[in-house]
Amino acid sequence: MRTAIVVASIDAARLAAEVAGHHNGATVLFIGTVRDVNDGRPVTGMEYTAYRSMAEREMADIAREAATRFGTDDIVVEHRVGVLELGDASVVIAVAHPHRGAAYDASRYVIEQLKARVPIWKLEHYDDGTREWVGAAGSGKGEAGSGVRDSDLESAHASLGERGA
Amino acid sequence: MTVTVLLFASYADSLGMKSLALDLSPGATVGDVLGHVRALPGANRLPASPLLAVNERYAKRERVLESGDEVAIIPPVAGG
Repeated sequence: MRTAIVVASIDAARLAAEVAGHHNGATVLFIGTVRDVNDGRPVTGMEYTAYRSMAEREMADIAREAATRFGTDDIVVEHRVGVLELGDASVVIAVAHPHRGAAYDASRYVIEQLKARVPIWKLEHYDDGTREWVGAAGSGKGEAGSGVRDSDLESAHASLGERGA
Repeated sequence: MTVTVLLFASYADSLGMKSLALDLSPGATVGDVLGHVRALPGANRLPASPLLAVNERYAKRERVLESGDEVAIIPPVAGG
């Protein structure tokens, strides 16, 4: 099991090799890549930043949780930070398990938890030269403190609290 | 006692800083930190209930702080 925040480009094949073993019958490789459009706006690139020490801690927690839930220690996760271009891999998750069902489930668990909990942010660059933080309050979808945004945050906070934060 | 406050991404841009040190009375909570930060220029862009962390763990407003704690105000996360 290994998790890391990295700056250099991620070699997905290397991660897949890292989890391989003769006891495993399935390897699931998830590659998250920078897409050219978000909410209908053309995107030209992306800049990821992290609260690095906490992000690494949360990623390690998530991998441990997945290992316990799905019964494999063969889990490797790397998330990249810095300026990424279209098509670049921002996150790669490699999971190997004796059986495919649990491998898929563990991979899905890791990416969903990562997106919900790990303190990483992305600044999208648009083709008109503007930049916006993805998901930030007041980013073109109403002012900060709008009812929708607040309730989203409160429910997120509540669910984080329930996990024993 | 002194605590360090960390700001990130959109919150750092709104307040024009990435960190600050706060002098607090003993027994102060994370909520008290948020109250101090809200008095700063640009803080009107913070939502009513931002995510909060103490020493790299998510925490609630009621959490009582100790000197040297690192409090982070966490914008909506967007990894992946």
